[in-house]
Amino acid sequence: MTATAIPALEIDSLSHAFGARQALDQVTCAIAPSQHCVLLGLNGAGKTTLFSLITRLYDNASGHIRVFGHDVRCQPRPALRHLGVVFQQRTLDLDLSVLQNLIYHGALHGLPAGQAKRRAEEELTRLGLVERAGDKVRKLSGGQMRRVEIARALLHRPRLLLLDEPTAGLDMDSRQAIMDHVQHLCRDQGLAVLWATHLIDEVLPSSQVVVLHLGRVLAQGARDEVIAAAGAGDIREAFLKLTRDSCATVATGEATQA
Amino acid sequence: MSAPTAAIDAPSPPRPAAYLVCLRGIVWREGLRFLHQRERFVAALVRPLVWLFIFAAGFRSVLGVSIAPPYETYVLYEVYIAPGLVAMVQLFNGMQSSLSMVYDREMGSMRTLLISPFPRWFLLTAKLLAGVAVSLLQVYVFFAIAWFWDVRPPPLGYFAVLPALIISGMMLGALGMLLSSAIKQLENFAGIMNFVIFPMFFASSALYPLWRLAETSPLLHDICAFNPFTYAVELIRFALYGQVNWTALGVVAACTAVFLGAAIRAYDPAKGLIARRGGPGGPGRG
Repeated sequence: MTATAIPALEIDSLSHAFGARQALDQVTCAIAPSQHCVLLGLNGAGKTTLFSLITRLYDNASGHIRVFGHDVRCQPRPALRHLGVVFQQRTLDLDLSVLQNLIYHGALHGLPAGQAKRRAEEELTRLGLVERAGDKVRKLSGGQMRRVEIARALLHRPRLLLLDEPTAGLDMDSRQAIMDHVQHLCRDQGLAVLWATHLIDEVLPSSQVVVLHLGRVLAQGARDEVIAAAGAGDIREAFLKLTRDSCATVATGEATQA
Repeated sequence: MSAPTAAIDAPSPPRPAAYLVCLRGIVWREGLRFLHQRERFVAALVRPLVWLFIFAAGFRSVLGVSIAPPYETYVLYEVYIAPGLVAMVQLFNGMQSSLSMVYDREMGSMRTLLISPFPRWFLLTAKLLAGVAVSLLQVYVFFAIAWFWDVRPPPLGYFAVLPALIISGMMLGALGMLLSSAIKQLENFAGIMNFVIFPMFFASSALYPLWRLAETSPLLHDICAFNPFTYAVELIRFALYGQVNWTALGVVAACTAVFLGAAIRAYDPAKGLIARRGGPGGPGRG
């Protein structure tokens, strides 16, 4: 088997429950290297739970998650080494400078300060933030903080980038800038991307789409395939149709049980 | 979906040097954060100094402390309680680190720590050592001020006490870490004050020698003798006079191991409290 045949991320019959509430139900999907995959779902669909399981914040009791072939359960460390993560919450130290934040992150991945600093400057230059390197994070705008978080996630040169609602709370320009940047990373550097969002217009024409609703995968594939399979005109219509049909099924099921 | 037959090789595994880089990074960040919180530093110093300047001065005449090891002469009450106050600095620091871990968890920066590819026991231990380093800074500044207040242990004591401070700081930090895994919200810190810090401090040998307690209340004496904080205080007290209190060392080392082991387990995704509860940020976030 050649290296390219191994998916960047492979999720296989993954379920997770918080007490009685089933957050994820038999989720199966895969992302190829250098693929841009949008995980589309409303709030509460299970996106953050999925991210928490992939990043080993909690343990998956059932199913498998593999990052470039490394099961996160059995081999968490090689799996984590391939991962760059941008969490939904802001996770920078506000009182530390941009560069200090990045050097700290580098240290967490074993990068000596000098090397981390060089890479940080590279990433910041690419994001147009290098002149802010010495500023405290507190002074940055929301969009700039997000870009710093992306720079941080890329510092240890991961091959799979996870972003959990990265554009939440940002204005249109910042949003577009971040979307463009991540698209470039995908195309030019062969980075695989899993982009979780509830904003349908963040699906790019070339994206793979996974529609997650109430913990279940309703559809997945290239954008146009998903639209065609749902018998819809565009991705927005496809998403509404799929989620509505799913709610109807649930409602019918409950009515039958009653 | 079939399992792939081979996994793509990860970049080379962390070498010992990389562990050092990681440890240094964690300590460095904790230090920077501490320097940015000047109020915290001042509060950490004012607390024991108030005890030393006011409480000890007031009680000096009431409480006579007779000659008992490690002291070779009668000592002033200030001198007696100094090691207890040092341990108190570390106790507060340990709990404050635990507070910052709850905060980190709520703010998500605990997440960035835990997605590091280094083993989790190492990350948590490094975090603990970072807290100890900060407490050492506070303790030595306290010693410096106390010197002017006639609390003057032998000069060599200042060096001899260092290993004792590291291990007692580890014990109290590990306790804080264990508590942090069990606390759901920041607001519960007041509860820690009431139910952990105060009982631990007062029911110990920090303010009064155990033999004196035995005369007045055998029960209280027994409680104090069960309190690990008592042993941290005694370890520091003896070390400050260039002696090793082996019992105290044994108890503190054992408690450190137990607390740290439990804390690492609590932060283990497979077994810990976090998994059971639904993890940072509260259960079941979409």
